[in-house]
Formats: sequence, structure tokens, C-alpha cells
Amino acid sequence: MAKRVGMEVSLAVAEVAKLANVDVVAAYPITPQTHIVEHLAELVANGELDAAYIPVESEHSAMSACLGASAVGARTFTATAGQGLELMHEVLYVASSMRLPMVMTVANRALSSPLSVWGDHSDVMAVRDTGWIQIFAENGQQVIDNVLCAFCIAEDQRVLLPVMVHLDGFHLTHMIEPILLPEQSEVDRFIPPYHHPFPLDPDKPVTMGTFAPPIIYSEAKKAQEVNLRAAKKVILEYWDKFGKSFGRYYHPVECYLSEEAKVLLLTMGSFSETAMAAVDKMREEGKDVGLVRLRLWRPFPFEEIRQAVKNAEVLIVLDRALSFGGPAGPVCSEIRSALYNEDRKPKVISFVGGLGGRDITVTGFEKIINRGIEISQTGSEQEFEMFGVRE
Amino acid sequence: MVKSESELTWKDLEIGSVVVEPGSASQYETGGWRSQRPSFDNSKCIKCGICYIFCPDACIEQNTEGYFEANLFYCKGCGICARECWTQAITMIEEEE
Amino acid sequence: MMEKYTIYVPRLVTRRENFAPGHRACIGCGEALAVRLACKALGQNVIIVNATGCIEIISSQLPWTSWRVPWIHTLFENTAAVASGIEAGLKAMIRKGKHPAKEVKVVVIAGDGGTSDIGVQALSGALERGHDFLYLCFDNEAYMNTGIQRSSATPYGASTTTAPAGKESIGQVTWKKNMPAIAAVHDIPYVATACPSYPFDLMEKVAKGAAIDGPAYVHILSVCPTGWRCPPDLAIRIGRLAVETGIFPLYEVENGQHKLSFDLPKLRPVTDYMKLQGRFRHLTPDIINEIQSKVTEKYGELKQKMVKTGVAK
Repeated sequence: MAKRVGMEVSLAVAEVAKLANVDVVAAYPITPQTHIVEHLAELVANGELDAAYIPVESEHSAMSACLGASAVGARTFTATAGQGLELMHEVLYVASSMRLPMVMTVANRALSSPLSVWGDHSDVMAVRDTGWIQIFAENGQQVIDNVLCAFCIAEDQRVLLPVMVHLDGFHLTHMIEPILLPEQSEVDRFIPPYHHPFPLDPDKPVTMGTFAPPIIYSEAKKAQEVNLRAAKKVILEYWDKFGKSFGRYYHPVECYLSEEAKVLLLTMGSFSETAMAAVDKMREEGKDVGLVRLRLWRPFPFEEIRQAVKNAEVLIVLDRALSFGGPAGPVCSEIRSALYNEDRKPKVISFVGGLGGRDITVTGFEKIINRGIEISQTGSEQEFEMFGVRE
Repeated sequence: MVKSESELTWKDLEIGSVVVEPGSASQYETGGWRSQRPSFDNSKCIKCGICYIFCPDACIEQNTEGYFEANLFYCKGCGICARECWTQAITMIEEEE
Repeated sequence: MMEKYTIYVPRLVTRRENFAPGHRACIGCGEALAVRLACKALGQNVIIVNATGCIEIISSQLPWTSWRVPWIHTLFENTAAVASGIEAGLKAMIRKGKHPAKEVKVVVIAGDGGTSDIGVQALSGALERGHDFLYLCFDNEAYMNTGIQRSSATPYGASTTTAPAGKESIGQVTWKKNMPAIAAVHDIPYVATACPSYPFDLMEKVAKGAAIDGPAYVHILSVCPTGWRCPPDLAIRIGRLAVETGIFPLYEVENGQHKLSFDLPKLRPVTDYMKLQGRFRHLTPDIINEIQSKVTEKYGELKQKMVKTGVAK
């Protein structure tokens, strides 16, 4: 029976990749993901993980090598952050449109310039449309549980899509948390073996990656879109199976004391844990507040969001990324869009905070919620407010 | 491929738009491009096969007698075979309209 | 002399066409011929990783394919990286018993753009890591597929659309980047140059590169009548002249040792080669002389390399 061990979340991620018996790791180091790839290299060097560790010369090549490995049917894993995610940007589209399953953990990091190695969601928001399945984790246990599920989801014959598991840079990657790692036998029972339907094989030659003139490109894209949306069903299946096997259940949207609350805060990532403490505190003081945590980012969980906020009057969305010149924080824009056609919907207020690794404390969350309530009553001239910026 | 590309629906495409039929593009008639075609004078042919080797479109074929002829379905009329033939057994003639 | 009998060698070549006819290359395309011949030398047990470029576009229009071997195209600059992943993935899976053991060679097909410009980083990385793959660079000396734009492989004085000849310019103002030398400096087991005008030499080199255990690089001059502005039926002749003038010498570098594939006692003047091509039409005698001196100098340097390692033909 597995027991909880205090370990750095990055190292736990590497351990899970080992438990999943990945075949290929092609990764380029970048703060704050370095401990993941370093520990993986160690595991391979010590013979604990039998995998090809390809020390590529850039993130663009890392994702490209992963494409190749997946195309021949190898179980593929990689990790990156911030600038690295941006450097591999064009390759991300190829991975999803060519339906090449792989798992990538992204240590969410702010984007230059100015250079920031610290955590925020700007790297994630820039890859919203790449066609990957994207899942957010809030603490170490959630990261490794979801990396495990990610292999199942990605490689399922009904899905065959690459999956990103997002964890906040430094706030999660470098934290020592109590982690319950599953036993090898449990993992072996949980993750089925991977078989690509048309791997590159001289016995059955296929052509991957054709060019499509206008007459047929749209059809290719529609097929991809339909498949990504249909993947949600499979994600829920595996989360349910995981819960039954390991006792921890995951959902696209997780609610915390929000069913009856009139004022809701919505967060993603490690913010959620601090926000929960703030919600507890405010409820003790008699405030009618609750928390909604978004876990499944892509495919976007429309029904779950609508269900979670249908009784609220005010929904305050805290983004950890800016959409420059845009209508609101990126997550907030999507939430508003999801609720637009609903007869009953809360007022949706947009905040942006925690950029470049800046912490928001329990007190900070209280301020945000109170200011959000204020804005819902008096309105604001701005599309969104940036929290905590010194004026 | 039974359907033409303009008839294919998004459901007809394979996963990831993979093409599973090897060499399926060979149904395309590149022969429609040419304005001249090679004419083979077998009396001069020494059956060396260099025309076969140098054809970029792999459309020179050896017949049962061992002489060579162009597959007019593909022949683009580039004239390389005529230019390179060691005994000048091939000449390019105008394609009729 | 063996030369008398080589005219019958075509009959020994396999008749199988893994690069199927019906492809959409221009008429007289030297690159299509080079790929066709390379495929004959490679056989069935390959996985081809193709960069964006002429060959990719003319052979893979959805929903059809000209390929009868496994083939993958992703992007322009990353073929060596994709090849690395395929090679490492297969090796790992075979070792772990997840894949039946079989001989499969990973072969890259990329143009001069995808190799010496945008693709040079991925290539250098893959060569340094020592992956077991064969990299074939089909050099038509410009970004031909997108409309004849210059690359670092465009020769000095050639006119291209982004380095055109004009009142203030002779066209390409830099000398051709020596990609085979860059590959050789990575200390890989095998580097070679080839040209489809010498088809059996090309096929031998491709087969040799494929048989190497480790990285191998073959640089293939691909005459492009469309971009070089010459009649399509001269594609083979012009390739031959490139070799006979010393502009594109055919050689191998095996484990650091240079071997000239054939030495020419006297090089033909570069004008024999250049006068057949419209891309050089604007050049004045003094530029041509400059080119001639450079070619003679570089050919001499190459021969010196042979003499140094003591392997002269």
C-alpha cells in the first residue's frame, strides 16, 4: 500500500513518467521545469527508467522529436515552461492536428519581456487554440494524478490527442508536498498499452502530414474540432475510473461552497488553494461567497460552468494572464462567452493578478472579492482591473 | 480513392488526415502537361536503359522485346531522354492538339 | 576498362518506384530524378521524414500521396529533430519488447533551405547527438518551391527573387555555404556529395550512407530548370557540367578521410556551366573571372585535404 512522501512536485512528476513507463523523453531545460527533466535524466541514467532521453537543442526540436516518437507508436513525455512553450508554438498545432498522442507538463511561467522565470498563465493563454487537451492542477497530488490520467486520455483510440497538464511554475514545481505515489502494479493496471492505429511502419506505409488546398482544408479542421470536443466524454470516463481505483475524483469544474452562494470567485491553478482559505474566512464573517475552480481548460466545459454559476449574482474571475488590449482577462472572456446566451447569469467581473509570480495572499483575495462586489454595484470604467499594481 | 477531393466530407478523412493508400497520387495524369513527346527509333536503340534511369517521372518502360517506350499517361515531355540517349535513338516531336 | 560496361548497369537497378509517377514536379526536374534514384537505393525498409519544400508539395496533396514507403512531413525546419524522435523511439521500443525488431532506416529528405538555413540548428543537434539516420539534402540552390528566393546555398552571382541582379547588385553577393563541410566537422562517419547526372554514384552513396550505423549526410545537387532558367532537357547535362567545372566536386568524407569520387585532370571553364543558365546571364567578365578563381582555389583546397590524409585516387 502506497504511503505519502514529502517530495518536490517536479520530482514527483518525473517519478510518474517513470511509473507510466514512457519510451521517449525529448526535452529542453527551462526554469522552472528543470527539476522535472533533470530527475528524468537521472532515472534513465540509473536504469530505473528504460527510455530514450533525447537532449535536444531547443524546445522547437523537443516537440518535433516528440512528434516523431509518437508517430512510430512510442509513449512520449516532455515538459516545458514559458518561453519554451512559445518557441514550440507552431509544432503544437501539428501535434494535435496530426493526432499524435503525448503528455506534456507545462510549468506555467510568465513571458518576456521583461524576463520573468516566475509563475503565471501567460504562456498557457497563448496556446489556447492549439488543439491540445489542457488540464489544470492546483497542488502536487493533483499534478501527478492528472499526468497519470493524461496518458490514458491521450492514447485512447477515441481521442489520440496530445495533453497538457498545467502546474504553476515555482508555486507548484518547487514545492515539497505530501505526495501519494501509486504502486507500479496499480499504474500497470490503470494505463492500457499504447497502439497508434497507423504508426509509421514499412510493412504498412502511410503518408502523414500532407498539404491541403482550400478545397479540403476546412474538412480536415472540422474533423479535428469534432474529435477534441468528443474527447471530453473520455476524459470524464478516465477521471471516474481513476476515482474508483485511487479514491480521488476529478471534475471539469470543481465547486467549493458555491452551490447557494450569491458571490462566486473563479480561479485556476494554485491560486485556488489560497482562495479557498479566503472563502472560508469570509464565510465565517457571514459573507455569502463561494469558489469555483476550473480544471478542464480544453475542451472547454460549457455545461459544467453554466451549472456551477447558475444561482450566483456575481462571478468574479481572477485571471493570471493579461490579454493586452482585449476585452477582459482571457479566462474571463471565455466564461462570459459561455454564459452569454443563458437566461439567468451572474454579472461577470474581470480581475488580473499574480503576474510574474507575484503572490496573492488570503487578504488579497478578500480585497478582490470585496472590490468585485463593489464593481457589480457601481460599475467600472475599465474592462478589467489589475490587482495589486502600485500606482 | 473513389470520391474526388471536392466530394470528400470531413468524415471521409482518416484520423489526422493520414493517407493510407500508398502511391494513390499516381492516378493523376501528368501527361496532359506536355507539348512534345519522345519518339523512339528502335533501330538505333542498344537497350542500355539510360533513358529509363534519367526520367524524373519514372515513365519510361521496357517492353517485352527489350526496347523502351514512354508511358504517355505520365510523360511531361521534358526531353531529357532524347538529350541523354547515347545513340540518339530518341527524338522529341510536337504533341498534336 | 570498366567504363565500357557501365552502360549496361541500368538494367541491374530495381524497377520498383517508391516515389510513384504522377507527381507534380516541373518538367525536367533534377530534384525529382534525384529523389527517385535515392528511393531505388534505399529500398522498402525506410521511414522518410520530409521537410516542407518542392518534393513535399509535389508528392503529398491531400487526399493522395506519391509515396509507397512510410512518410511524414511536419514542418520546414525540424526534419532532423523529427527523425531523431523516430529513431530513438523505435530503438527504445524494440529494446523494451514493445515493437518487433526490424531493420528500419530513418531517412531525411530536405532542401537547401530546410538544411543550411532554417534547418541548420536541428541538423547540427541531431548530428551531434549521433542518431542513426541518413540526411539527404537536395540542393537546388534557392527556396524554389516558394518562388526562387535566395538561400545560403545560392551560388555567388546567381539571380534570385530576393537577391536579384540589378543596377546596384550582381545578385547573390555571398559565396555558397559549404554544408558538407559543416556536416563533416561534426565528426560523423559519412559525408558525401552526389548529383543525379552520375546516377550510379548517387545510388551507391545513398546506399552507403544508409548502411552506416550512425549519422550520415549526403548533399545532392539538384538542377532546377525552372529556377536556374535553363531548358528542361538540359537538367542532366548541367549537372554533369557542375561536376566537370569543379563547381560541385563529387567526394566522400569517411571517418574524416576525404576521397574524391573522380578527379578531373583539367577542370572545364566555369563559363561552360554558367552560360546555359539564365540566372547567371547578367554577369560581367570580371565577376565570372572572380568565380573562376574561387572555384579553382576551392578545388585545390579539396585536393589538398585528400593529399593530407594520404588517400589519393
